[in-house]
Amino acid sequence: MKIIVPIKQVPETGNVKMDTETGTIIRDGSESIINPLDLYAIETAIELKEKHGGSVTAISMGPPAAEKALREAVAMGCDEAVLITDRKFAGSDTWATSYTLSAAIKKIGPFDFIVAGERATDGDTGQVGPNLAAALNLPMATFIRTIDVVKEASAIQVERLVEEGYEQLELPLPALVTVVKEIAYPRLPTLRGKQRAKKMELLRWGADDLDLDVTKIGLKGSPTRVVKIVSPRVTREGSRVEVKNEETLEKAVEELLTFLNERGFLAEHKRLTEGEKGA
Amino acid sequence: MHKQALWTVAELEGAHLRDTSFEIIARGRRLADKLGVPLISIAIGSGIEEVELQRLIHHGADSVAAVDTGALQGYQTETYSNVLTSLIERYEPQIVLAAATVNGRSLLPHVAMRLRAGLTADCTELDIEEETGNLLQTRPAIGGNILATIKTPEARPQMATVRPRSTLPLPEDPKRRGEIERIPFEAQWHDRRVKKLGMKENTVEQLNIQAAEIIVAGGRGMKKKENFSLLEKLAAELGGVIGASREAVDRAWISYPHQVGLSGKTVVPALYIAVGISGAIQHLAGMKTAGEIVAINRDPQAPILEIADFAVVGDLFQVLPRLIARLREERQL
Ligand SMILES: Cc1cc2nc3c(=O)[nH]c(=O)nc-3n(C[C@H](O)[C@H](O)[C@H](O)COP(=O)(O)OP(=O)(O)OC[C@H]3O[C@@H](n4cnc5c(N)ncnc54)[C@H](O)[C@@H]3O)c2cc1C
Ligand SMILES: Nc1ncnc2c1ncn2[C@@H]1O[C@H](COP(=O)(O)O)[C@@H](O)[C@H]1O
Repeated sequence: MKIIVPIKQVPETGNVKMDTETGTIIRDGSESIINPLDLYAIETAIELKEKHGGSVTAISMGPPAAEKALREAVAMGCDEAVLITDRKFAGSDTWATSYTLSAAIKKIGPFDFIVAGERATDGDTGQVGPNLAAALNLPMATFIRTIDVVKEASAIQVERLVEEGYEQLELPLPALVTVVKEIAYPRLPTLRGKQRAKKMELLRWGADDLDLDVTKIGLKGSPTRVVKIVSPRVTREGSRVEVKNEETLEKAVEELLTFLNERGFLAEHKRLTEGEKGA
Repeated sequence: MHKQALWTVAELEGAHLRDTSFEIIARGRRLADKLGVPLISIAIGSGIEEVELQRLIHHGADSVAAVDTGALQGYQTETYSNVLTSLIERYEPQIVLAAATVNGRSLLPHVAMRLRAGLTADCTELDIEEETGNLLQTRPAIGGNILATIKTPEARPQMATVRPRSTLPLPEDPKRRGEIERIPFEAQWHDRRVKKLGMKENTVEQLNIQAAEIIVAGGRGMKKKENFSLLEKLAAELGGVIGASREAVDRAWISYPHQVGLSGKTVVPALYIAVGISGAIQHLAGMKTAGEIVAINRDPQAPILEIADFAVVGDLFQVLPRLIARLREERQL
């Protein structure tokens, strides 16, 4: 079973800097990590490999520094790592990113599965997974929380998290899934894994190594443009009550009730009441 | 069908429209008026009754195009993508909007990729650029640290998913009239690769926190799983559902679908009550656009108190029982 995991390196949120001219993230200086939601994809892939044999290839498109994320993935237990990096890819939106990644995945060769994260915590779009399925014409299931390999490894059954509960689906392989956090507990890298990751040769591919239409990559190949960035400041001029003793407790609760009532939030509560009285 | 129109993609649950279908019409209405083009609501599904489709018009659509057949029973990405992609190619709308629901966020990127269209996820504001008529799509990014405005200067259509509950539906006007066109389903659209085996409903837990008017959320301050029963009691009194911080979810006090924040759900309830939650930036990212925020926290420095409309500095184990008791009392009156 050959599994491909696309992962993204993201800045630790909290201390992100933006270039307001170009609308892109300034990556130097801020600490970078594997997109936290991709850890679940990596763990899922490694568990599938442990159960069914095969190998896991982590792939990331990004600046040369994204090598760090890939080595971490290897330290967790991925077997191979591919870094897609080239100045020509700079400024890619999700469309161009997915187009480029799909070309790289084709170059990797036949596989059974792509396991992607639900979304990246920086761009926060969750579009690359479905984009890849469309570009590679793979059957897909998004937001899955369980996965079982069935029918002599020719298909998978998954549970997909939707608003009303969980949908149960069966997909023939090869297929693409995006996973939610519920699916697994990401493991920590082992010492041996770390040693292997340090020594391992990564594959590095640029635009010339891939079969690409150059008009479809980078900023020029991206249909969307960021035109403005603002940093909103939200503070609300709210009221504050402090509870120190029985008296202030009573006061706080009464004021809170008044607040809720004035804004109409006790209407439902009253309806409940009337229902009960009627019954 | 009119070319260059603005389309909104309606979403169905069974044969019934979800409220988000009307929310995006309300969004689209203003834009279509600015552009002077018709707003067409697209409904894809099975067994959708005429009266249900009429509701799209009553809520502001100029006309409806429906593709309705047994093969479209229940959302299914590949087949729905074939339908929507083909319709867009045929009728060339300039803008396509859908709600940023689980299915909207699966279908639209699939379609946009195939059409080489620009797509912006989970927008909270949409507008039309005066000079060019381009769609301006604004969305929070990087954990809500920034608001980015994005446009698609050349590629068409311009596509966006819109954050559920970020706008209200227009009031229903039963006198509005509009055409309902039924578009025949084409056999080659049917993709049978993915099979639906079943559905586990989660009615008990009321998991769809994104649709909730009122959310009562607990964090690490709740101390242990059992204490979540306090939140359940409060939620029951108010008619709300339970949310949680990542700390609470990671401790398995409550399941992941309840998690609010950067790596959980983004919610816009009318009322968000945060109990024993500090208000880390990643949590705020998921709830700071709520209508009213109430916070209960014993640490006067907790950031959550800064963004609360009503902040209680105090011990939740004193405040909650008293609050619940008083709400019960009020009911008995
Ligand atoms: C990439 C990334 C993604 C993340 N995604 C999310 C996410 O989606 N959602 C999320 O919530 N977090 C997320 N986090 C984690 C986030 O940074 C915080 O760690 C988390 O939100 C803290 O949860 P908390 O407020 O419950 O816990 P704490 O920060 O520990 O706060 C507990 C609060 O309870 C109060 N308290 C304690 N006892 C009482 C009492 N008896 N009465 C009243 N108050 C009391 C304390 O004063 C304190 O303010 C993410 C972090 C990272 C790095
Ligand atoms: N540059 C990238 N390289 C590799 N994988 C990516 C990249 N960007 C996104 N992904 C994958 O797509 C998922 C969704 O990302 P996004 O659409 O950016 O929110 C991530 O969780 C990754 O699995």
